[in-house]
Amino acid sequence: MSPQTRAVESWTLQPLTDFVREASVRLVLVLTPSGQVLAQSGFSRAVDVMSAAALAAAIVATTSELARQLRQPPFAALSHQGPKMGFFLATFVTERGMLAVLAVYDLDVSSIGLVQLFYEQLAADLKTATPKGAVPKQVLAADFERELTDSLNTLFGR
Amino acid sequence: MSTALDHITRVRGVRGAMLVSAEDGIVVAEQLMEGIKGGAVAALAASLAGRLRRAMEAAGTGTSVFWHLQAEQGALLVVPGGNAQGGILVVAVAEPDVNIGLVRLELLRAAESVV
Repeated sequence: MSPQTRAVESWTLQPLTDFVREASVRLVLVLTPSGQVLAQSGFSRAVDVMSAAALAAAIVATTSELARQLRQPPFAALSHQGPKMGFFLATFVTERGMLAVLAVYDLDVSSIGLVQLFYEQLAADLKTATPKGAVPKQVLAADFERELTDSLNTLFGR
Repeated sequence: MSTALDHITRVRGVRGAMLVSAEDGIVVAEQLMEGIKGGAVAALAASLAGRLRRAMEAAGTGTSVFWHLQAEQGALLVVPGGNAQGGILVVAVAEPDVNIGLVRLELLRAAESVV
C-alpha cells in the first residue's frame, strides 16, 4: 500500500507523490527553512510531523550558519545512514524562496543513490510547479497556533 | 581502478563502465561516454542488485555472479564484486549488439582486481 501523501499547498502534491513512488521512501516532508510544512507523506501522527519539521529546520539553520562561518556556500544536502534506515535532507531555491526536503528511507527498499536521483527530479518539478509571482506567506506570531493547527488538519485530512 | 575500467571500455560496443557502491547506489569510479547519466545508472544498478540478491536468497539459488539486462536501446551488464550487499558492483553500459561474453569476461576480471 502506498503511503498517505497530503499537501497544504496543492502544487506540491503531484511532485511529492511521484517522488515517494519512484524513490521508495518511507517518510517525506517538504517544508520552509522556518519549519512550516507544505506537504508530507507517510506520517501518521501530527506530533511526529511537528517534531520532524522543527528538527529539520534546526539542521538547515545550523548547517547554513556553519557554512557561513566557514565562508562557504550553504550545504546542498545532508545524508545520514544508519544500519537499517537513512535520512536525506536537502534545500533548493524556488520563486517562493528556499524549501527543504526531508526524506527517510529503508535501506532494504531504497538507497541514497536512488533518493538523490529522484530528489533532483522532485526539486525541478517543485520549481516548475511553484505559483508564479507568489510571495511567501508570512506567519505572524499571533497567527502561529491557528496556522499550525490548520496545516496539521490539512496534512492529516481532518 | 581506472585500469580495470579501461579494459571494459575497450570492448567494442561498450559505452561506459562504472564501479558502484552496492549499498548506496553511488558512483565510485566511472568512464562513460557523453550523454550517459552515471548517477541514474548507478542508482538503478544498485537497486536492481539489492532486489535480485534478496529474491535469489529467498529462492535458495545462491548469490548472482553476473546479470545482463537487455533493453531496446542498450544493455546493462553487472558483476557483483565481493560481498554483494556491502561491496562493489562492476557495471557496463553497452550497445544492444555488444559481445556479451567478452564484456562478461572483462567485468569478472575487473571485479577480481578491485575487490
